Amino acid sequence: MRPANEAELAEAVRAANGPLRISGGGTRGIGLASGEALATGGLSGIRLYEPGALTLVAGAGTPLAEVEAALAAEGQRLAFEPPDLRGLLGRDGQSTLGGVAAANASGPRRVQAGACRDSMIGLRFVDGSGTVIANGGRVMKNVTGYDLVKLLAGSHGTLGVLTELAFKLQARPEAEATLICRGQGAEAGIAALTAALGTPFDISGAAWLDAGATGADARTQVRVEGLAASVAYRAGRLRDGVLRNFDIVEGEASAALWREVRDVTPFAGRAGAVWRLSVTPTLAAGVVAAIRAAGHDDLAAIHDWGGGLIWLLLPVAGDAESGDAGAGAVRDAVAQRGGHATLMRGPAGIAAFPPQPPALAAIEAGLRARFDPRGILNTGLMG
Amino acid sequence: MDMPQANPAVLSRKAELVAALHGLLPGDAVIWQEEALRAYECDALTAYRCPPLVAVLPRSTEEVAAVLRLCHSMGVPVVPRGSGTSLAGGALPTADCVILGVARMNGVLETDYDNRFIRVQSGRTNLSVTGAVEADGFFYAPDPSSQLACAIAGNIAMNSGGAHCLKYGVTTNNLLGVTMVTMAGEVLEIGGPWLDAGGLDLLGVICGSEGQLGVVTEATLRILPKPEGALPVLMGFDANEVAGECVSDIIKAGLLPVAIEFMDRPCIEATEAFAKAGYPMCEALLIVEVEGSRAEIDEQIARIREIAMRHNPVEFREAADEDQARRIWLGRKSAFGAMGQINDYMCLDGTIPVSSLPHVLRRIGEMSAEFGLDVANVFHAGDGNMHPLILFDANKPGDLERCEAFGAEILKLCVEVGGCLTGEHGVGIEKRDLMTAQYAPDDLEAQLRIKDVFDPEWLLNPAKVFPLHVTASRRAA
Repeated sequence: MRPANEAELAEAVRAANGPLRISGGGTRGIGLASGEALATGGLSGIRLYEPGALTLVAGAGTPLAEVEAALAAEGQRLAFEPPDLRGLLGRDGQSTLGGVAAANASGPRRVQAGACRDSMIGLRFVDGSGTVIANGGRVMKNVTGYDLVKLLAGSHGTLGVLTELAFKLQARPEAEATLICRGQGAEAGIAALTAALGTPFDISGAAWLDAGATGADARTQVRVEGLAASVAYRAGRLRDGVLRNFDIVEGEASAALWREVRDVTPFAGRAGAVWRLSVTPTLAAGVVAAIRAAGHDDLAAIHDWGGGLIWLLLPVAGDAESGDAGAGAVRDAVAQRGGHATLMRGPAGIAAFPPQPPALAAIEAGLRARFDPRGILNTGLMG
Repeated sequence: MDMPQANPAVLSRKAELVAALHGLLPGDAVIWQEEALRAYECDALTAYRCPPLVAVLPRSTEEVAAVLRLCHSMGVPVVPRGSGTSLAGGALPTADCVILGVARMNGVLETDYDNRFIRVQSGRTNLSVTGAVEADGFFYAPDPSSQLACAIAGNIAMNSGGAHCLKYGVTTNNLLGVTMVTMAGEVLEIGGPWLDAGGLDLLGVICGSEGQLGVVTEATLRILPKPEGALPVLMGFDANEVAGECVSDIIKAGLLPVAIEFMDRPCIEATEAFAKAGYPMCEALLIVEVEGSRAEIDEQIARIREIAMRHNPVEFREAADEDQARRIWLGRKSAFGAMGQINDYMCLDGTIPVSSLPHVLRRIGEMSAEFGLDVANVFHAGDGNMHPLILFDANKPGDLERCEAFGAEILKLCVEVGGCLTGEHGVGIEKRDLMTAQYAPDDLEAQLRIKDVFDPEWLLNPAKVFPLHVTASRRAA
């Protein structure tokens, strides 16, 4: 089904007599969701764009590329740097704004500018009964009633089908520069990220990629953005201080380094299971070491967000359809140190989303039962 | 302002409740004598008062859980309270409630500079969070103007903002995790020192839920390295419209000031008489603050000056040093106090799209004449969060009611132009009955469902946020 507007979509949900598998552009579907396809691509178009107020409202089915082009024309952008995971997940098609929001998909700038959910200021959605619900609005500061915007962000279509979204925007900076160093080990690399993030130099990206990810030397990279003179000043201060002897890369060469991290390109087209872990940054190297020690010495790792966001490629585990994708090792390592892990790419049959502690699982189940009483929206995807 | 009738069955069990609470908490943590309870009869919305049945001041998550389990089993409503600075009546008691104050839980539990977080008990004041880390060069970003007194618990309940949230965001953007006790006494651990949620974003819906979903006892907060420096500039304009356009142009130019504050003529005149900050007399005044090293600040100010000059300012004043910077902020920071000197006032908190600023200010001026009450406008212009101050005389019969009616019209206007009722103060009881102006019945119902899940008996702060008629059947059940 591909409804042409919100009313049709609500009607389609009301009339559904079985599970619905919701898709925007179908570019970031993870895990298991079965049922009849319900595509939001028909709900497309920018409804309001006010550059002077840094706000945009658009249909959930609007292609991300269309939004990004409109913003670029005014020298603006989505602050959270939405990843393009098509290569990683082996999909084609067009990412939509709704898909980005439903996945709370956030790139390297998350350390400075927040996640997708932090840029979302309003939305409309259709719940599992076919009721249209609005929350938030088109202004940046709004504490009127409960914040369902955050709740729906990252809910992967399990509480409702997004139909319209409002975002706050950011001006595109005049310049960017990346400080880069090759050959640092995990501990040293992440320590460098930690040191940089502890300076007043407003870091907008901090990542470390291991040799397995780069295919050559490990790479430590730290980004600053802003007015040209300010970027030069801060990059200089970092290189004279906590990032001594790092090289400085500017402009498009810098941007390319971050697209690679954002889109997890090093793992695109390589066989194996791909995990996304979120942990306390200074414990990140230990988490990966523990997974290595548990029989996955051949893994490759990319640490973003100052080290705390880990993308892992487990080559062997992903091969066998019967394997557990390394789930045991990954989830144990995370459970012992705090955080969570999601299987982004792997054999069918392994739960993609992390199990929640019982008290939280009960609350989540209660929310799903009320927003989707028939249990038809991406059934079983998150829990 | 209607509040629900106190439940006689609860009132009649006060002695039993007090005895049971004494079994759970040290003697001085249970306040039940009438004269002592007066301290808890209102928050900063002082027009409404009602002493609670009992007040308790626990010192730990375990004590909070024990109190909540008891109240849950006895069917006693609980109103959580931080420091009692809510301007919306968020901590206003009912006669049959237990006030659960977290003020004694004010410790720092963990400070981690490498991972840039601090974990505190929720009764700790906002400013003392920054106080705990500033010697090491860090700060906690949200800075509500009550930050000297307000508690993190209340900041989380109301999703508080502040003058600097244009760059750093509000509470929800700086909150990493909470320990929260549900009405049934269950202790939940949500989030942690990592940057995003596993599962649904429960933290996102708890922040700003006005103490209706649970009692937050501990919070993990993001801290940031302090910028090298900050300086404000002040500019005056002949018309509100022109100041509004200047704000828009600064934003469009890609500059990201940490704050853009706006004051109109009535506000400038009142603060000048009170604080003598030396502000120019003009229709509209902007204070724009930028951060960075001295050279970075100079460059940003040069660009802001260039933009401002296109709008023919009557004044453009840079702060050459700390003292001049302080003087630029002096009037703005005294604005509320200045108003209090002249009159009683009601402070509104609606947000509007920045583009509607001239229209909304014009309409407020017209309505001021219609209602016969003066208004001074001071607000966070960068994000459209307005704080119109309506002046009235509490001793004059009918003035408060007229003021409230005027305030309601202003807030409806905010909604009409695409904004909202409250940008950072919360709904509480103050804007409860206006919620239907912003939300359709289905929109409100969706919010009530959340409370149904966390607090099925509707015992936690039950008379707030939603119009009473909307929640009546749930509260009665």
